[in-house]
Amino acid sequence: MTMALPHSRTRELPLGRRIVERPEVGAAIGVIVLWVFFAIIGGFLTTRGIASYLNIAAQVGIVGTTVTLLLIAGEFDLSIGSMVGFSGMIIALGTTQAGMPLWLALLCALAFAVLYGYAVGMLVVRWNIPSFIVTLAGLFLLRGATIGFSRSIAQQPYIGGVKNAIGTDPLQYLFAGKLWESLDVGFLWWIGLVIVGAIVLTKTKFGNWIFAVGGSPSAARASGIPVARVKIILFIAVWGPGVLLAAIQVLSLGPAGSFRGQGKEFEAAITAVIGGTSLSGGTGSIIGTAIGALTLGIVRQGLFFAGVDYDWYQAILGLLLLLAVIINQFARRNVSKS
Amino acid sequence: MATPIIEARSVSRYFGTVVALKDISIAVHAGEVVCLLGDNGAGKSTLIKILSGLERPDEGTLAIDGQPVNFRSPRDAFARGIATVYQDLAVLPQMSISRNFMLGMEPIRKFGPFRFFDEAKAGAIAREELAKIGITVNHLKQKVGTMSGGERQSLAIARAEYRGARLLILDEPTSALDVTEAAIVLRHVIRARARGLGVVFITHNVHHALPIGDRFVILNRGRVAGTFARAEMDEAALNRHMGGGAEFEALQRDLVALADQLKTGATVH
Repeated sequence: MTMALPHSRTRELPLGRRIVERPEVGAAIGVIVLWVFFAIIGGFLTTRGIASYLNIAAQVGIVGTTVTLLLIAGEFDLSIGSMVGFSGMIIALGTTQAGMPLWLALLCALAFAVLYGYAVGMLVVRWNIPSFIVTLAGLFLLRGATIGFSRSIAQQPYIGGVKNAIGTDPLQYLFAGKLWESLDVGFLWWIGLVIVGAIVLTKTKFGNWIFAVGGSPSAARASGIPVARVKIILFIAVWGPGVLLAAIQVLSLGPAGSFRGQGKEFEAAITAVIGGTSLSGGTGSIIGTAIGALTLGIVRQGLFFAGVDYDWYQAILGLLLLLAVIINQFARRNVSKS
Repeated sequence: MATPIIEARSVSRYFGTVVALKDISIAVHAGEVVCLLGDNGAGKSTLIKILSGLERPDEGTLAIDGQPVNFRSPRDAFARGIATVYQDLAVLPQMSISRNFMLGMEPIRKFGPFRFFDEAKAGAIAREELAKIGITVNHLKQKVGTMSGGERQSLAIARAEYRGARLLILDEPTSALDVTEAAIVLRHVIRARARGLGVVFITHNVHHALPIGDRFVILNRGRVAGTFARAEMDEAALNRHMGGGAEFEALQRDLVALADQLKTGATVH
């Protein structure tokens, strides 16, 4: 008896199925539906309206981009929000108390962030402590330190006067300027980060490694991929946008305080999950996270224009998150069967 | 006889009071399939961990091309052409076929100062290498999770070969597969041998070992229970040696006796 030569058992799916199974598609459909819904309610089509939700999307999207890379690599970061607050305090203390020029204060914040990210990375990959725990500790550590430092140095839980201290330093317009009407310059940072992040993830060797490390660390290691190095690089990379967001907030909104960035760690994770990124690692999309960030902005501003109390925003965010996870679960089941 | 690619000389390994391996000697030559057989706990996995650089022997030495070596990691072993394909952690189901195939050795396309992953080239290489082992892939962007178990194993083996392996250590590559799927992998092993690779094939399935093995090394409780050339081996003999054939016969008698007891309604202990 001769057996038939083994042939491919895969088949090309119809274009429709292939599109539907992409992780971003559910999120894209969702955001369009929400946009239309709120556009009908009103206030949404004015330039001010558009700028307002794009500004919100940009702020959460900036940190969400790198958080997504970390999630795909199978790690979690709960301290990014606290880091935004802490970095803001470094910038504020540096410029108002130590008399630093803005660039030096930014560099100090960045240097601290890199050291912190490296320390977290080492604890996670060398000592095998779950990143959830390490960064949960970081959340409280940094949040508490932010209040502690500003109280003991400035005698109040926030530090103002940054704008006076830096005067006309042109560097501030990189973070606090307006692009057009009331659209913040942060929007441009966000778009830039999304483009770079998406290219790194899908078009480079390192991106391939990120997927592999999150998909199965042991298989990645067996293929000769430096799993520990990839993770440490990502833990450090998360902080760049954290400092960026801190600079944007401190330079455009005024006082630095412990309240800055609060909840951003969860918002960033929520945008990623809405965009189809799996919390267990191995799958995800930067474009999806961008759509998730847009969803957050639209919902928050939409509720505002609709006259719904802000209190309901969080409740609706929770519902959206649940819905997104359920949809993704079904889409993924479709991929793995057949 | 030619120098073996890899040789274990009187290797022993202890875990505390447990003797995992005692005085094991085994040699694999180019163009030879050595089947490593034995029950669970016989020491198969400890032996392949030593051969592949994951663990170090407590006594005895390893030699590559006749030269004693001391592997500190699987990477060391791989640098000498020893590649191990483990049953469970071979591939990433969520990633595409071409990305899986080229993982860790991605082809690069330069664009100014930037270096991008060359997806087209990765796809071409993966397609060609998979075609060599008789798997035609239509859609390289398809997730590996959509391939059958046999195809996945074959992909992992083909990848190890593409990376320049001279000796393949295959850890139970057919255990979780049905007959048709196992056939894909077994065919692949024979082709690899024909190309001059050495193969260590670990299995506890006599039917998979018999048609492809040149030599059979049977492990039992951490010791070599026997080494047989192809000519002196048939299914009955292999079964007898495997996993303590005598013990199995005793077990068979016990079971028959128990069944009889149950039939006659006697008290069961």
